[in-house]
Amino acid sequence: MTIFRRVGAECVADFREDEVRVLRKVAEEVVGLLTDGFDREDPVVGRLFPDVYPEDVKNSAEFRRFTEGDLKTAKIDQAGAVLAGLPEAGKGEVRLDTESAEAWLRAINDARLALGIRLELTDDTVVEYELEEALEQDAGSARVFQLSVYSYLGYLQESLLEAVIGADFRR
Amino acid sequence: MTAAPQTVPVDKPDIDEASEFARPWVTIVHNDPVNLMSYVTWVFQQLFGYSRDKAELLMLDVHQKGRAVVSAGARERMEHDASRLHTYGLWATVDRQ
Repeated sequence: MTIFRRVGAECVADFREDEVRVLRKVAEEVVGLLTDGFDREDPVVGRLFPDVYPEDVKNSAEFRRFTEGDLKTAKIDQAGAVLAGLPEAGKGEVRLDTESAEAWLRAINDARLALGIRLELTDDTVVEYELEEALEQDAGSARVFQLSVYSYLGYLQESLLEAVIGADFRR
Repeated sequence: MTAAPQTVPVDKPDIDEASEFARPWVTIVHNDPVNLMSYVTWVFQQLFGYSRDKAELLMLDVHQKGRAVVSAGARERMEHDASRLHTYGLWATVDRQ
């Protein structure tokens, strides 16, 4: 699997073809959720745009009225940074400056949150066990695919974070 | 610069306004099963300029106690903080202290 490394000011990694394909698909799906597919009733949207006053519907709605547009734009932009940083197709090198690397971290996180909701993960979920169980039931199921993507994204995020922290934030 | 304190009481003070001074607002981050501990620590450093140690303690509070106050102050400032945390995917809410 791909590991990000620090090269000067950039975070660099060599992506395989299947990784590029999966990441593109994931980023495009996030953009879809935030644009044409935007649905306030969708629990994924509920998690990406949480009520700021959980017990105060009126003030939460008021806050959303002023902030939702900007937050949506920010999330579309960070998913866009992933698409912009990846090769168009096939395998290839990804080089991210600090700003892009940080956008990638946020975008990968959004994708993991979305998948986490779809997979109904809880604090007690051990993803490796879930994956084993899902594989036993049906190796070709959507759940197996989503769990493996979720797991991959966590690994990728940690690797990128380490590369980002490596030079700038180690204290 | 700040305005001089008002010494003559207004006849009908707005309760909300009056209590702004007594009880500051806070931004709270809640635990969730997805966010990586290392990522949450990094976000606290990024957004609030906290040291790695302070950010890590806050992250552990969120993780172990289910929630932690990450900033305190004026209401608008807290709403701004919550909004920035949402950009990073953290589950943040605003409340009175």
